Amino acid sequence: MPFGLVFAVFFVLPLAFVVMVSFWDYNDYEMLPAFTSRSYAESFEGCLTQLPDLCTMLATYLSTAKFCLIVWALTLIIGFTVAYFLAFYVRSPTTQMVLFLVCTIPFWTSNVIRMISWIPLLGRNGLVNQMLMSVHLVDAPVEWLLYSQFSVALAFVHLFTFFMVAPIFNSMMRIDRRLIEAAYDSGASAWQMLTNVIIPLSKPGIAIGSIFVVTIVMGDYITFSVMGGGQIASAGKIIATRLNALQFPPAAASAVILLCATMLIITVLNRIVDVRKEL
Amino acid sequence: MNEGRPAAFYALAAFFGLFVLFLYGPMIVIFILSFQGPTGGLTFPMNGVSLHWFQRLWEGGGIVDIAGAFKRSLALGLVVMALTVLLSLMAGLAFRKKFKGSDALFYVAVASLIVPSIVTSLGIAIEFHVLDDLLKTYGPSWIADNLTTTMGQFTSGLGAHLTWTLPFGLLVMFAIFNRFDIRYEEAARDQGATPWQTLRHVVLPIILPSVIGVGLFGFTLSWDEIARSSQTMGEHNTLPMELQALTTTVTNPDIYALGTSTTAVSFAVIAIALVAIAILRARQARYGSDAGQA
Repeated sequence: MPFGLVFAVFFVLPLAFVVMVSFWDYNDYEMLPAFTSRSYAESFEGCLTQLPDLCTMLATYLSTAKFCLIVWALTLIIGFTVAYFLAFYVRSPTTQMVLFLVCTIPFWTSNVIRMISWIPLLGRNGLVNQMLMSVHLVDAPVEWLLYSQFSVALAFVHLFTFFMVAPIFNSMMRIDRRLIEAAYDSGASAWQMLTNVIIPLSKPGIAIGSIFVVTIVMGDYITFSVMGGGQIASAGKIIATRLNALQFPPAAASAVILLCATMLIITVLNRIVDVRKEL
Repeated sequence: MNEGRPAAFYALAAFFGLFVLFLYGPMIVIFILSFQGPTGGLTFPMNGVSLHWFQRLWEGGGIVDIAGAFKRSLALGLVVMALTVLLSLMAGLAFRKKFKGSDALFYVAVASLIVPSIVTSLGIAIEFHVLDDLLKTYGPSWIADNLTTTMGQFTSGLGAHLTWTLPFGLLVMFAIFNRFDIRYEEAARDQGATPWQTLRHVVLPIILPSVIGVGLFGFTLSWDEIARSSQTMGEHNTLPMELQALTTTVTNPDIYALGTSTTAVSFAVIAIALVAIAILRARQARYGSDAGQA
């Protein structure tokens, strides 16, 4: 089957190569096919000797994990609220479809452009600063709006809340409306209905959305470099930096480390909610 | 729950409105700013209204080979779209029955969505480097002597994009066939249609609107893709890659003009797809059922 072939040639095989090459040696020009753990040793250099200070690798992963947590919490709250509104408060199916499409369309446009589009708003002379200055809230332009941790987190939420909205909306639409009626007839308040009926039944969607958002933030390097102004390190950026130096084995080693970290997170999420059972 | 609009409705509707503003606001701002006058800068105020930056863009002023990147991205997007539709459709049909390895294939496809793009990109790059080395060392001389690299837009680049578009295509196909009424097919078979006739005249017309949706995913995901392209495109960059390179040196509004042009293409494709889907749906509603007719 050609479908399977594409994945074999362009996904499974490449991953195998990444793992293989991560154990290769290298010099300034090329990779040398000889088994060594040099790339890993260099990646974790100083992790034991520098204690209690964190080595570069651990510090980077910690900072990336922090972004994951912030972005995950924000996208979950926003995504859930939007999906909840669409699924339970919009009555006509046509309006529902149209509003859902309105949320989807930006997903079909370029991420980089959606990042750039924050520049005129958040920049030194941007709209936000102009507004703050004109109402005399601040005297000098606020500098931390753009190319900062704030703008990176903002861009993530802006770009990827869709990945929460879609699966949660899908889960909510599958909830049997009779359950809602039953809860209502039993005298449940809107809040009780939300916490006792809707949230438990939307769990699969929440889990799928969470996996998407967390893995995207873990592996991202473009948002970090465009919105972070080159100041913020991330797990994905380590790979990109090493690739720019054309050093395949160390890049592959960090890719394997990233893969392991990602799989660890997914396993933990899977423990909390058994995705396969809930599907 | 169904009597009158509760107060929560208005609070949630307001929240939704703010969310939509959050989604579209920045895009609208760069759309407006891309018509900045020749002396205008990166932010408001507008110094007049002009097409200056669009003109500069297409003349290639200051920016490397944008027209070339534009054409490359468009060509690649169309090929990716065609292959995504074809392969997803075949896979969707195959997945309706359990076959050997179907579970494994499904998990591989989902994993392809979840594994960070940069890792996939790196893997493909290494794979093609190794292939190059093998061909140069062991290949027949007519290959070995002329070969520079097997990496390119339509080899490694195409493959990289397909690992991103095909899982989406497959998921859409699953959604389609989960809702497909199998009785249509049985009716066709009972009237003596061959499997091919059933597919051609019964199944395809019914699922066509959704298949267009798959094509939409295929094109737009490829058109905007960077992370997977980064290591796999060979010597020429695609449009989003050029755009990302430009972000490090943003000095004047031509980057907004480029952004507006790129988004215009995305919107045009989305609009064409949505209109086509709407027309097909309307046709199905009109001609779909002859129940109760003489």
